[in-house]
Amino acid sequence: MSNTRQAEASSPWRGVLLFLVIVVLFVLEGSVRNAFFSGSWNTSLAILNMGLISAVMALGVNMQWGYAGLFNAGVVGFLALGGLAPVLIATAPVPGAWDAGGVRLLLALFVGIGTLVLAAQVWKQVDRHLRVWALIATLALGFVLYRWLFDPAVTAIEANNTASAGNIGGLGLPVLLAWPVGALFAAAVAWGVGKVALGLRSDYLAIATLGIGEIVVAVMRNEEWLARGVKNVSGIPRPVPYELDLQNDPGFVARAAEWGLDPATASGIWVKLCYAGLFTVVLLLLILLAELALKSPWGRMMRAIRDNETAAEAMGKNVTRRHLQIFVIGSAVIGLAGAMMITLDGLVSPSGYNPLRYTFLIWVMVIVGGSGNNWGAALGAILIWFLWIKAEVWGPEIMRLLTMPLPDGGLRSHLIGSAPQMRFIAMGVVLLLVLRFAPRGLLPEK
Amino acid sequence: MDILNAGVALLNFVVVPAAAYGAQLALGALGVTLIYGILRFSNFAFGDTMAMGTAFTIMVTWAIQALGIAIFPLPTALIALPFGIAVTALIVLFTDRIVYRFYRRKKVDPIVMVMASVGVMFVMNGLTRVLIGVEEIRFDDGARFLFSVQDFRAWSGLTEGLSLRVSQLLTLIITALVCWGLFVFLNRTRTGKAMRAYSDNEDLALLSGIDPDQVVRITWIIGTALAVIAGTLYGLDKTFKAFNYFQILLPIFAAAIVGGLGNPLGAVVGGFVVAFSEVAITYPWKKVAGYLFPDWQPEGLLQLLSTEYKFAVSFVILIVVLLFKPTGLFRGKSV
Repeated sequence: MSNTRQAEASSPWRGVLLFLVIVVLFVLEGSVRNAFFSGSWNTSLAILNMGLISAVMALGVNMQWGYAGLFNAGVVGFLALGGLAPVLIATAPVPGAWDAGGVRLLLALFVGIGTLVLAAQVWKQVDRHLRVWALIATLALGFVLYRWLFDPAVTAIEANNTASAGNIGGLGLPVLLAWPVGALFAAAVAWGVGKVALGLRSDYLAIATLGIGEIVVAVMRNEEWLARGVKNVSGIPRPVPYELDLQNDPGFVARAAEWGLDPATASGIWVKLCYAGLFTVVLLLLILLAELALKSPWGRMMRAIRDNETAAEAMGKNVTRRHLQIFVIGSAVIGLAGAMMITLDGLVSPSGYNPLRYTFLIWVMVIVGGSGNNWGAALGAILIWFLWIKAEVWGPEIMRLLTMPLPDGGLRSHLIGSAPQMRFIAMGVVLLLVLRFAPRGLLPEK
Repeated sequence: MDILNAGVALLNFVVVPAAAYGAQLALGALGVTLIYGILRFSNFAFGDTMAMGTAFTIMVTWAIQALGIAIFPLPTALIALPFGIAVTALIVLFTDRIVYRFYRRKKVDPIVMVMASVGVMFVMNGLTRVLIGVEEIRFDDGARFLFSVQDFRAWSGLTEGLSLRVSQLLTLIITALVCWGLFVFLNRTRTGKAMRAYSDNEDLALLSGIDPDQVVRITWIIGTALAVIAGTLYGLDKTFKAFNYFQILLPIFAAAIVGGLGNPLGAVVGGFVVAFSEVAITYPWKKVAGYLFPDWQPEGLLQLLSTEYKFAVSFVILIVVLLFKPTGLFRGKSV
């Protein structure tokens, strides 16, 4: 990889220019109404908010890939784990859920983790000839005990007010507190996966993370006691005002009238601006921290490891240890983004976690933006997200233009009808082109 | 204790489905492992190659059905399969020419190749969506059962039934033939030996005059053929749904790693290991236990893990192998 990362003078204006391009795109989306732009500030800001969250995800992936060359194919899983936090922290407690089986459930989870820890100890301590059997016995006993505790607890919790709850419920704490907790959830799982898969071939980590991504989403979908599974949890508290409250506030309505906006549009825009401000603060803070870390001796060590593992190892650096560290930190950032996303949506819907959209699209963002460069990853994320959303509208329009010469009929309508799917092809082509002709991305690493 | 009924239930719900599924995984794992052995990267686009190839096969099947040709009791897809393989192989060879060859010549880090395969995955995924859509498609015409549960009950007089679907038997027969053909090819023919030599030691193979481009070409063709066969058989056995082929990537990788990446025999064994564990762990054993121990009335279904978590099984197997034997059961390429 070292041959693709050689420093070449790149203009300092490049970043500013790209930033301006993005601003222009969002302004066009907000103000011009034609076949290509919606002309609604509400839509424009909605895309921007999700773009900012994507930028946080891209920062996390960039730490893993850009700083350390680790391929995380399970971004969607860490994102979903982070999304669990707002449910468990911020939603109101479900009456009766804890009495139904809370303690037993905690005990079961404790037994589950305890079994794994004990098994690891057994493997280390017990005599060579016996240890396989001791390990199997420990795991089997632990599993039986776990199921004995777990199953009745789950049945009891799910039976509690099934129609509107049926889950363990939250703690009713402020939703902003859920964001760092989401990061912690993701970090904990990342530590477990990294401990096993790091230090082996680089693609083993990719396959292991692919697996953990699928499993986390499957857990979210099926464990109804946790976050109601496919029945979804809605009404997650917000850190910003509600549109309806604003519309009922005479002061706000008066101010909206001053700007010449009707209260419904104005409240939507105001709420989205609040979110955008909040997300921008988080994003800038993360970039600041990441840049500081990258300029410190620690950052130099990480880059040295990435560029030449053998040399770094010869200098006495513990490569696997550092890889584990950066993998956990990156996953924590992704978890944070997951919690932010759920806060923005106000809804957990596990069937929405699609790996193409939430793992591999984030990868496209990082590669296009410039792997190794935090600003690049963030810019790439917002740009690609904008294009991804708009491609759904642009695809059929472009296809209509392209198929002008064709007679109206089956083929033409099929092509126009399937044009929204073309964005997958477009993203793949973009990724391949950037990877080949500009492997350092739009904003190359300095 | 009713061993006969227990055995029949076991056959019907565990052994037969797991064997068919294992055969499909084995074919897929063979493809992944061959590509890994020669081209030295994990091909993330493999699942979508399977999906795309199956989509082509389905489209040719429709064309053949429209012509009124059928080979009852076998499914029409069998005639369409060679066409599906040919079209997909052409596309994959084209992909190699415009994408992978560049990186191969530059001898980049394998992980960059993996990244490129993610790009290819996106393109193939989009192509499949445009070609055939994202809905579930059934294309298994021909006879459904070789013998059904009712037939078996009437014939044997047992309470438990056993059925064998045509697609299951077909899967097993085709897999056996393909594996046999592939092993003969790898062990006996000149090209096959060249491939193994290239996989073992690239420099030495080049030194002895093996044409690397030919080896790579043949590998892609065989890998694609395996992908399309596995995909079509899987689609005949269950249904065709593009997203399922992305999900099956994990058990296929697990099978290849369990057997030892780069080792063809290992891939076949790995496929069956993964499939049998998956089915055995997600099967509710209550029925079989009821026949074996009539006096025992267990409370639950005796299911170790619910079916939704079948992917967790491949994952756990993968983790266990990575922890204890990173090179796989049969010595594959090491770290």
